[in-house]
Amino acid sequence: MNEKTLTVSELNNIIKTLIDCEPILSNVCVRGELSNYKIYPSGHHYFTLKDSESSLRCVMFKSSASKLRFRPESGMGVTAFGRISVFPRDGAYQLYCTDLTPEGTGDLQIAYEQLKTKLAAEGLFDASHKKPLPEFPAKIAIITSSAGAAVHDMIRILGHRWPMTEVVLLPVRVQGVEAPPEIVGAIRYANRYKVADLIITGRGGGSIEDLWAFNDERVARAIYDSELPVISAVGHEPDVTISDYVADRRASTPSNAAEIAVPDINEIRAGLENLDIRKLQAMRKALNNSAGKLEEFRNRRVLQSPLAYVDAKRTELDYIRDKLIAAADRYNSANRNSFVRLAASLDAMSPLKVISRGYSIAADKNGELVRSISDVELNDKIRLMVKDGILKCRVVEREALNNE
Amino acid sequence: MNESKLSFEESLKRLDEIVRMLERGDAPLNESLKMFEEGTALIASCDKMLSEAEQKVVKLKKGADGAPIELPFEDAE
Repeated sequence: MNEKTLTVSELNNIIKTLIDCEPILSNVCVRGELSNYKIYPSGHHYFTLKDSESSLRCVMFKSSASKLRFRPESGMGVTAFGRISVFPRDGAYQLYCTDLTPEGTGDLQIAYEQLKTKLAAEGLFDASHKKPLPEFPAKIAIITSSAGAAVHDMIRILGHRWPMTEVVLLPVRVQGVEAPPEIVGAIRYANRYKVADLIITGRGGGSIEDLWAFNDERVARAIYDSELPVISAVGHEPDVTISDYVADRRASTPSNAAEIAVPDINEIRAGLENLDIRKLQAMRKALNNSAGKLEEFRNRRVLQSPLAYVDAKRTELDYIRDKLIAAADRYNSANRNSFVRLAASLDAMSPLKVISRGYSIAADKNGELVRSISDVELNDKIRLMVKDGILKCRVVEREALNNE
Repeated sequence: MNESKLSFEESLKRLDEIVRMLERGDAPLNESLKMFEEGTALIASCDKMLSEAEQKVVKLKKGADGAPIELPFEDAE
């Protein structure tokens, strides 16, 4: 046994991945009895689905639970739709339920849920496939009954909101066995002959049976395959058909589809006015800017006084001259300093300074300095200069230093 | 560019472009004046299109060769 040792989390995650990758488990439809049904303050619903032998833990998140059209209770027989996944914290698999239908709602509801689950799995409802609607459709094809209030409501609202759009009616039956093939045929026809740049298909309100054509798989696929964008407009607000899921845009009612399909002329007029105002303001600003620039030029000194240029140059010249003078001054004062130092050292060497330290200077009768005993004769008169005067002396003896 | 040939949508797009360029304010004055004039003409033509628009409603019928034939839509069916 040399298998890698896993942590509990690792193991649970492996199991979760395995289960999440199993297509059968990602879209399940399971029948059973509700038990232990609890609604948490978070809005999520927790319950167990069971039959006589087995049970399955289920959770339904608030977003799905809020769409339930009945109040589920323990003991009720239901069909649940959703996917199986693992809640890693408890290491337990459970059904992440997206919809519940009570038993006895009839086969239509079950068929609806099954088709919805199937087409969702095939990607027919993917947001990435949805085409943008034209902002200003030139032509709109309405595929619905030419009788009934729905078509008149749509034509009236389209005309009020945006009379520039041409309306092309492709009359079809919207209920009965013939309805789905007729709707499919009209959608394909509109695409083949490009009779418009937007399709609205739908009908007014009715029972689930009345609306059934729009829960037909063929209609759903024709809408999915349509190259022209499709708005689905079936029944009243709460009725959501398969067509609504597949269409590029769902309208809650036919009238709502007309509102979605075209802009409101009043809003566009207001937008035009706004553009007009902005254009005026921008132009005014551009003119003001140009006038401002002109004024600025006019106020330039060069234009105001032709001598301004000369003045400027003169100022520049003055500045340079000042700098020159300052430099010269600096040079002179540096030289003066060295002269003072030189004078000081000369002064230190002056003979007068030497005398003041106690030396004397001897000179002969001619004023020549006496440097040696041979400069004088015996009885010569010499003058001896000391700090404060002159001594007149006579040479009485000449004695050589014996180290000479 | 011949404005009269533009559809409403194209006119609106061009108008938006012009206003943005004017608002950016970096075009030379004579360019700006030209754009301003073009914008004024576009607004007038958009306005005209809106005022003159009359809703057209037809009912399609498949012709013998399969091609659509437009019939007037009678309101009271």
